[in-house]
Amino acid sequence: MSGTWMTTRAWLLMLPLLVIMVAVIGWPLVDTVRLSFTDAQLVGTAGNYVGFDNYTKMLTSSNFTRTLSTTTWFAVVSVAAEMVLGVLAALLLNQEFRGRAVLRGLMILPWALPTVVNATLWRLIYNPEYGALNAALTQLHLIDDYRSWLGEPGTALAALIVADCWKNFPLVALIALAALQAVPRDITAAALVDGAGPFNRFRFVILPYLAGPLMVALVLRTIEAFKVFDIIWVMTRGGPANSTRSLSILVYQEAFSFQRAGSGASLALIVTLLVTVLAVAYAALVRKTAGSAT
Amino acid sequence: MLKSIGKTLLGAVFVGGLFVPHAFAETTLNALFMAQAAYSEADVRSMTEAFTKANPDIKVNLEFVPYEGLHDKTVLAQGSGGGYDVVLFDVIWPAEYATNKVLVDVSSKITDDMKKGVLPGAWTTVQYDGKYYGMPWILDTKYLFYNKEILEKAGIKAPPKTWEELGQQAKIIQDKGLLKTPIAWSWSQAEAAVCDYTTLVSAYGGDFLKDGKPDFQNGGGLSALKYMVDSYKSGLTNPNSKEFLEEDVRKVFENGDAAFALNWTYMYNMANDPKDSKVAGKVGVVPAPGVAGTSEVSAVNGSMGLGITAVSKHPDEAWKYIEFMTSQATQNQYAKLSLPIWASSYDDPAVTKGQEELIAAAKLGLAAMYPRPTTPKYQQLSTALQQAIQESLLGQTTPEDALKTAAENSGL
Repeated sequence: MSGTWMTTRAWLLMLPLLVIMVAVIGWPLVDTVRLSFTDAQLVGTAGNYVGFDNYTKMLTSSNFTRTLSTTTWFAVVSVAAEMVLGVLAALLLNQEFRGRAVLRGLMILPWALPTVVNATLWRLIYNPEYGALNAALTQLHLIDDYRSWLGEPGTALAALIVADCWKNFPLVALIALAALQAVPRDITAAALVDGAGPFNRFRFVILPYLAGPLMVALVLRTIEAFKVFDIIWVMTRGGPANSTRSLSILVYQEAFSFQRAGSGASLALIVTLLVTVLAVAYAALVRKTAGSAT
Repeated sequence: MLKSIGKTLLGAVFVGGLFVPHAFAETTLNALFMAQAAYSEADVRSMTEAFTKANPDIKVNLEFVPYEGLHDKTVLAQGSGGGYDVVLFDVIWPAEYATNKVLVDVSSKITDDMKKGVLPGAWTTVQYDGKYYGMPWILDTKYLFYNKEILEKAGIKAPPKTWEELGQQAKIIQDKGLLKTPIAWSWSQAEAAVCDYTTLVSAYGGDFLKDGKPDFQNGGGLSALKYMVDSYKSGLTNPNSKEFLEEDVRKVFENGDAAFALNWTYMYNMANDPKDSKVAGKVGVVPAPGVAGTSEVSAVNGSMGLGITAVSKHPDEAWKYIEFMTSQATQNQYAKLSLPIWASSYDDPAVTKGQEELIAAAKLGLAAMYPRPTTPKYQQLSTALQQAIQESLLGQTTPEDALKTAAENSGL
């Protein structure tokens, strides 16, 4: 009796939230699905029903496949680098040394900066005429001539990945650092006494504590990296020759620049579906790692 | 000088006063402008201040966005039901805005005096299908800027008259070791690249469209892209041009790292300002060159206009504001970064003083302004062209194939 009352009360308490969720998430989502089956324009015609036309056209266009592969590259490489750098930075900052507190504070700075500021900053660093990177590399005699880092398809994506890593690895480092501090000292001490080397201590003693939190960081970062827009938009607008165009930029162009609301909606839903699949797969993985860690 | 500004202001206040109906309820206009080049934000603010002084019952909220955001912001504001009364729009948008009913048709508000007084070429900025969708406000085209000192050192007597000659002069400068790469363009994946391309299309006598279908892949349109690719491959063009926007070109030119640069009017007075520029006093400007046997000069219509949106609840007040902003008095007063739309302004010493060279170039350039195609699908066409330009520059494909693909992807 009291159990059902508790349930009812829980639902009642949740009701306002549910209403808001339906209004701000549910309704736009349903409307997007509806739009994706029409040839609606952003301004002007309401659009006619066109079935799966938008989807088939989009999925078979070379624009989509190419952009998907660019985005995947960007996401996989930048997230992998961010995870490695983040863990290394956390291990370093977990050591006792003078100035550790200051360094911890400084490290969060790139992550705290707005992306647009961060992107503008990197644009200056990469500037082909007066940029710091060219100046540094020529002074170190690593290159003879100033290069156009964002102007060559071969380097533009890599340059963007570096900028993205610089901004986002501190987040991973923070999460890892918090987890590291939960590792009991006596266990690491015992491992040391047992003669475990640094790698084995990390692999078998520390990593199990890190695995759960790191999975969370991995999920967050992968989903965000798949949706990347602003850093690329500010630095290259998808150029040169579309070599750095991400899925979000493609959605933006389709829906807003070309004003094809219908096909823009279908593309947005495809991206949403991709990200959801990733999130669900990861969530399962998180549950597994969290289960095995304890 | 101060006196004449004072007089103009007084005149503006007086003329403005005549139009004001008395005891009018206060209205607030929302206006969207661009946060860069041509008229500066400070200019627009002080013009607007003069307007509200003359029309105390009208308030104007100003908003500034970068050029890249102007189109999307206008359309999105419209789509979301809110929005602006007055918007600045680029010459390439009236077709789309008219088709989608973003701007209102103001043909009936254009007086005979306006029709007679404004330069004929300027009207193409705001027209679509025979109707007027606003007043031209920023009259602009790309000019060829050159560094007088470098040309002198190279023993070159006069700036180039043809694009071919431009290449030859650049080669001399390069061979003499004065500069590694003498020419700077804005060929980043953006509208800027299409503007440079259009200038060349006009020089080669090409067409963007014929009977509504793409025609840039043939004739002059193809020659234009080939010229860009040749200039790039020959090493005469700064290879970083493919990631430059107009502001990058300006910085390179102002730093003395380019002998030739294609850019808008605003660069003239900025590059001549010793505070920012190392080449102040050495800046030469001429119309963009032509092609022997085809054209004398070349130019792209890069003008912008002010229009009233369809959602505006105060179209009359909005028009009054537009009239003030585009009036000859206002434009003459702010002629340093953007030249007036009024023909007789070009004979007014208050406008020409200190920028005689620019005015001389403008007389030729503005008369030759070539429009980018007026089509509701312009954004798509432009995106396809930007890709074609970049792919050919990078050598991923030939100009022929790149333009053929662009024609297929143009949506036309």
